[in-house]
Amino acid sequence: LKTLCVASPLTLRIVAECPVTKARACDLILPHSAVSTPVFMPVGTQGTLKGITVDQLDGLGCQICLGNTYHLGMRPGPDLIEKANGLHGFMNWKKNLLTDSGGFQMVSLVELSEVNEEGVKFKSPYDGKEILLSPEKSISIQNSLGSDIMMQLDDVVSSTVTGPRVEEAMHRSIRWLDRCIAANKNPDKQNLFAIIQGGLNADLRKACLDEMTQRNVPGFAIGGLSGGEEKDDFWRMVTLSTDHLPREKPRYLMGVGYAVDLVVCVALGCDMFDCVFPTRTARFGSALVPWGSLQVKHKQYAKDFQPIDPDCPCPTCKRHSRAYLHALFKSDTSAMHHITIHNIAYQLTLMRSVRQSIVDGRFPEFIRSFMKQMFPSPDQYPSWAVDALASVNVTLE
Amino acid sequence: MAGSRIKLELSRVVQGESRLGVLKGLGRTGQHCLEVPGCLLYSHLGTVPHLTQDTLHTLKNIPAVTQVTLSSVAEHQEVLQEFKGGFKKFAGLHDTVVYCSLHDPAALCPPGYTTNKTVSVWGSGGRIELTVAKFMAIQKTIQPDWYQSMADGETWQSNTSRKRLRKSVDRTLAHLDECLTIHQNSQDLQGVEVFGVVEGGDILEERARSARETAKRPVAGFCLDGFQTGSMDQTLRTQLIKAIAKELPEDKPRLLQGVGRPDEVLACVEAGVDLFEGFFPFQVTERGCALSFSFDISLDPERAGRAPPAVLELNDDETCRAGEGQPNGEVTDGDQTQMTSFEINLKDKRYHDDFRPLVEGCGCYCCVNHQRAYLHHLLVTNELLAGVLLMIHNTAHYIGFFSTLREALANDKLDLLKRRQVILIATSFSVTVTPDGFESAALSHLGMESKHPRVKINMTLIWLQE
Repeated sequence: LKTLCVASPLTLRIVAECPVTKARACDLILPHSAVSTPVFMPVGTQGTLKGITVDQLDGLGCQICLGNTYHLGMRPGPDLIEKANGLHGFMNWKKNLLTDSGGFQMVSLVELSEVNEEGVKFKSPYDGKEILLSPEKSISIQNSLGSDIMMQLDDVVSSTVTGPRVEEAMHRSIRWLDRCIAANKNPDKQNLFAIIQGGLNADLRKACLDEMTQRNVPGFAIGGLSGGEEKDDFWRMVTLSTDHLPREKPRYLMGVGYAVDLVVCVALGCDMFDCVFPTRTARFGSALVPWGSLQVKHKQYAKDFQPIDPDCPCPTCKRHSRAYLHALFKSDTSAMHHITIHNIAYQLTLMRSVRQSIVDGRFPEFIRSFMKQMFPSPDQYPSWAVDALASVNVTLE
Repeated sequence: MAGSRIKLELSRVVQGESRLGVLKGLGRTGQHCLEVPGCLLYSHLGTVPHLTQDTLHTLKNIPAVTQVTLSSVAEHQEVLQEFKGGFKKFAGLHDTVVYCSLHDPAALCPPGYTTNKTVSVWGSGGRIELTVAKFMAIQKTIQPDWYQSMADGETWQSNTSRKRLRKSVDRTLAHLDECLTIHQNSQDLQGVEVFGVVEGGDILEERARSARETAKRPVAGFCLDGFQTGSMDQTLRTQLIKAIAKELPEDKPRLLQGVGRPDEVLACVEAGVDLFEGFFPFQVTERGCALSFSFDISLDPERAGRAPPAVLELNDDETCRAGEGQPNGEVTDGDQTQMTSFEINLKDKRYHDDFRPLVEGCGCYCCVNHQRAYLHHLLVTNELLAGVLLMIHNTAHYIGFFSTLREALANDKLDLLKRRQVILIATSFSVTVTPDGFESAALSHLGMESKHPRVKINMTLIWLQE
């Protein structure tokens, strides 16, 4: 029986479902505030969103953002953060926080020593010492961080890897999920999400789904994707996953943040997304706009006196021109902050529009006009997106 | 130039030198004013470093005048020309007065690049050589509310020859005359004010001559150049500024360039300076430090009973590193050794679990919302937010200092403020003093780590002379 307990720290209210696609608009009630989905969650890796104050983030309408267990577990460490009243207290963020398990960083950032049933052994980049990140340790750190949503430690394998390692990792992730559930000290305050693995293998994914959905977790993430695999394989795994995830629990697609990917994956039934891309690319002067992106540092904008997007209501666009920002990049770090604010505003506005169109029952029209704005002509539509949308009954021109 | 709209209304002149008042008639419509002694708002291309409008406006009592430097703007001359609307509009500055200086007080200029007819500034793309004609052409595209005339200020190096210093005075006067001629014939610069620049290095006669001659020109005020922190000690600086002040009209403002340390500010106010460039908070921010010096002069009997009062308490984190720096604080680029006794070094391990605000009772956004431990973490992890939060706090603290400075002048409490500053410095260095009717004290160098507890000096009054 998959009914949600009333005292659960997570409640999902489905506000609207698209009759054409698999999209949903929901209210996700978490301990610190409600979150409107579909939602894009900005990433504040080290307990800060690069260069942006929590007030600015709040002012943009952000209701949930990410912190990284790996980074914060290293510096300043879980004990210090616990003393500071958790990550919320430490960074003074009053809305929701989601922490990942540290699993992905094990693979992407550090010299991997060994993965075995115990956990992931790796060398600390700060003092070279060997550290073991086990499911228990990861949950312990996340308990200290006090995030509203915690991620299980999964056995992360790159999506471009094939063979028996993928199957091994999938099974191990299930066993680690159980250990994480057992290790959670605060099930009444902190939600633990499972992460569906299985790589690009439909059978493995299905097996993982079958097993993990039997666990009583408040939400599911779709993992092991968005790591350089072919988009044609990517979307098929996403839609397979949402086909077999419970309707009444949120679906979090990890590591996805490009506008086109977001819109398509909402159509495929995902509710939550995170990605460093919008904030990272901002620091390189790349501003996201409905028709792609604008490289503010390029010479062509030196005398362009329009704002980044004349229709954008963000603080940057309300006050500054492309030309000024172009010039400012030569003088001060605040140029990055202006673009970061704009890019977060862009992402959040996009998701708000997506949600509204689902609520209004016109999501397919939204998709069509979105694609039209994003690409100069229909023959430039990425074929994977066309296929993916067709699979949920949306035909583009 | 027709009569200047800028008016300095002095409400007090203390001991014939320190001045308190309001600079009125600023801006094109003349509606802005700036209290003096006061500081300008330091900016990079019109933006306070690290800050956007949202974060800037968490600050109260932001100075009404923003300083923009030609070194940051000059390379954008073509852009501004095409824009046609002036710099303020270009930068999205809606309600501020813009003052354009030649150089950036926080950035060193390599010497050896001035000629009889040119000076150079350094933009992001390298050196830009300026004749008066080019200088004025740029001012026309900027359309500031006021600017300093082009000046040969390459004399901040000590042991510059007398001949060279004389040349700097002559050249600067010549540049001023040329600027004024072009200015008076320019429609674009109608209503814009010009400040003359006093040069002369460390030679009293040249300083007096420069001041006297500049005062003959129709300028709205005076910049005092060549006194940058590190160029000379405060005694000489005071002496020279007093000599300059004697030659200048009382009713026009004096802006001192390149000096921002609180103790130097204090001494220069006493010598007759009205305005300072506000770059010091930026320098403190860049080295990961927070201004923490006390400037509380309220005569709270409870506090007076506890000796010593606020100064040593607030700096109980003992900015021990200060002793390692030069007494005059040579300007380098944000090196930790340039730390002054007015700040705490948040990178220090001792702050990693210090959950207090940067400064107790400081109402700035940073102190209200965050703690030392968090700032420490941001600095250790090289996070951009550290600069944002520190810039907010340091600017707020500095603005507060000037506000108290004016209050002290108004209520004859300047001595109290001075004593605090002097004690602060004394606690950082080995000093033996000859008192003037007060107890003498030999204070030892407090460059000690945590093995020595806080040193409490149980005297109610410590008077130290330089």
